[in-house]
Amino acid sequence: MIQFESLSEFLNMGGYAFYVWLSYGVTFGSLGILLFLSLRQKRSVLLEISKKMEREDRLKETRSSR
Amino acid sequence: MWKWLHSYADPERAYKLASTLLPWFAFSAILFISVGTIWGMLFAPMDYQQGESFRIIYIHVPSASMSMAAYMAMASASFVGIVWQIKTADWVAASIAPIGAVITFIALLTGAAWGKPMWGTWWVWDARLTSELVLLFLYLGVISLYASFEDKVLAARAAGILAIVGVINIPIIKYSVDWWSSLHQPATIKITEKSAMPMEMLAPLLINIFGFGLMIGAITLVRYKAEILARNGMRPWVRELAKAEASK
Repeated sequence: MIQFESLSEFLNMGGYAFYVWLSYGVTFGSLGILLFLSLRQKRSVLLEISKKMEREDRLKETRSSR
Repeated sequence: MWKWLHSYADPERAYKLASTLLPWFAFSAILFISVGTIWGMLFAPMDYQQGESFRIIYIHVPSASMSMAAYMAMASASFVGIVWQIKTADWVAASIAPIGAVITFIALLTGAAWGKPMWGTWWVWDARLTSELVLLFLYLGVISLYASFEDKVLAARAAGILAIVGVINIPIIKYSVDWWSSLHQPATIKITEKSAMPMEMLAPLLINIFGFGLMIGAITLVRYKAEILARNGMRPWVRELAKAEASK
């Protein structure tokens, strides 16, 4: 059974709104940032490797043309 | 009997295993945390002493207990990496460290936001709070040691030794509330005796603790995959993936 009569009562958290929502906000906010940064890692690693490969190819070309 | 484990010392196999496991961990983590949080926020009965402020428990206890569990997982991986020279285990430890730091930060912050209305203060230098703060510094130490060396074999050894030595802090956190007098309450959930909490409050808490564990597992797998790729940039199978990503 839902413990709150109305949405405003739920948001008010029995007068502890600031502390409860601060906790939940920071928790899911920081987890969201962590997840976002972690998901982006793979692509940036792969792009860095491919840049390195291109550099190696260019080096090879200049060496062979000489 | 444990011989099959050796094959996961091969980075490519470890990468494939992580890819297979990831959707299961991610999906079940979302499921458990949604159910646990909604149940805890809306349906669990209010605490007669603490009122609605007690609902912070549904993220505070999961993050605090999992900050210690994640540390043990990280230290175990470092131990395997150092003793058996298995690099894929070192990379597991390196993947867990930043996640553990964030979870520990969450445990400290939600504890402060709960302490203010209940104890009248955001922070006290007592044993439980201080030892949990030390845990955050241990995580940050492991992260910075691993980042400080260009040679990642050496970096993993340095960070691993710190991680293993830091295990001493875990029982100190766990038993701090029994060994010293503390503002912090003793453990609510007990394995051997009846828990000091009715089932309607306890069930969503257990679900969220499990959910946080799954979530740490899922994010570890995400970071682990990137870590494997970063450490194996010279291998053909990684270069294949890099080529495909660049042409996207």
